[in-house]
Amino acid sequence: MITITNKIKPYWNIFWSFCKISPLAFGGGYAMIPIIEKEVVGGRKWIQSEEMPDLIAITGSAPGAVGINTAVMIGYRIKGILGGITALLGMVLPTFIIVVGLIIFISIFKDNVKVRAALEGISSSVVALILIAALRTGKSALIDKPSLLLFAAALVSLFFFSINPLFLIVTGIVYGILLHTPNRKGRKHVPQSVASHYDNMQTFFGEGI
Amino acid sequence: MLWKLFFVFLKVGFFSFGGGYAMVPVIENEVVSRGWLDHQQFAELVSVAGMSPGPIATNTSIAVGMKTAGIWGAVIAAAGSLIPSFLVIVCISLFFMRSKDSRYMRGAFYGLRAIITALMLYAGIHFGLINGVFSSISIHSIFSFTLFILAFIALFRYRMHPFAVIVLSGMAGVVLYA
Repeated sequence: MITITNKIKPYWNIFWSFCKISPLAFGGGYAMIPIIEKEVVGGRKWIQSEEMPDLIAITGSAPGAVGINTAVMIGYRIKGILGGITALLGMVLPTFIIVVGLIIFISIFKDNVKVRAALEGISSSVVALILIAALRTGKSALIDKPSLLLFAAALVSLFFFSINPLFLIVTGIVYGILLHTPNRKGRKHVPQSVASHYDNMQTFFGEGI
Repeated sequence: MLWKLFFVFLKVGFFSFGGGYAMVPVIENEVVSRGWLDHQQFAELVSVAGMSPGPIATNTSIAVGMKTAGIWGAVIAAAGSLIPSFLVIVCISLFFMRSKDSRYMRGAFYGLRAIITALMLYAGIHFGLINGVFSSISIHSIFSFTLFILAFIALFRYRMHPFAVIVLSGMAGVVLYA
């Protein structure tokens, strides 16, 4: 009996740690990093704080939300694939329940004037959240003429030509790579390393979440 | 339907580099072009996804899945969007990819960041237009716009916690519109 509990305990710890973090993850992307750090470096001591920037650089480069990716990576480190899955479930389950709950709530009360009104008020702040995220990303993304050009072209094609966003993503990647191939002489712009991008983001999201 | 949901979100999940809010237009494009939801319905889901904790891209996937195919739709859509990132993370961990600082990676992300910014700006403005925050002059839209400005200042200048801003704007909504 004791051996079974001992076997389960590490997984439960992973699951529960990320369950605790998940509902606090407001405000987008890198905002939840400090919270994760507090739990994983300070509390559980699973990771050293020096490892975090490199970890974030990797998880930020992978597809998907950086918070979830970080959780998966940490979980994988501790207990392999099963640990990664546990961490994933821990991060996703609380928000899953909340989102589903809200949708059900709203469809039940869809004709309630007050609920409609609250939702309308909330959509104003969601717009603000999205635009602020755009501003913050823009500060480290739009750093020279070529990037501004790409940005402007993308914006125009989105608003006026209904271009498939996925196409834009691929184009952006190709554009970026082409711009930095070795046979371009005299390139004075050195693209930011992925890790320093995280440092930029951190100064914005830092404490106070 | 569930299979379609799964593969669409698998595709979305695979391309979701660098910015949750940037994925919202991607998801919108997939969902509206297939006639699963219209822009108005999608905008409502984005509100719900935005006010919940967690990454907005994942939340939007869950919301779309739920709205189109019930609880199992929500599970399938979430799974679809999460599997690619899970696999990539495990692969990276296995092979410890040092190439994150290679010239190609840097270049790729340089271009990606510009696109992501455009997608986010587009998402914000588009969502604002659909929800009447930026729209024709009427008492209602003046309120919406003012609320938006207040929320923006609170978040950006005063670094108020997003949850507080959301709750306050909800209350303001009830006062102003009901």
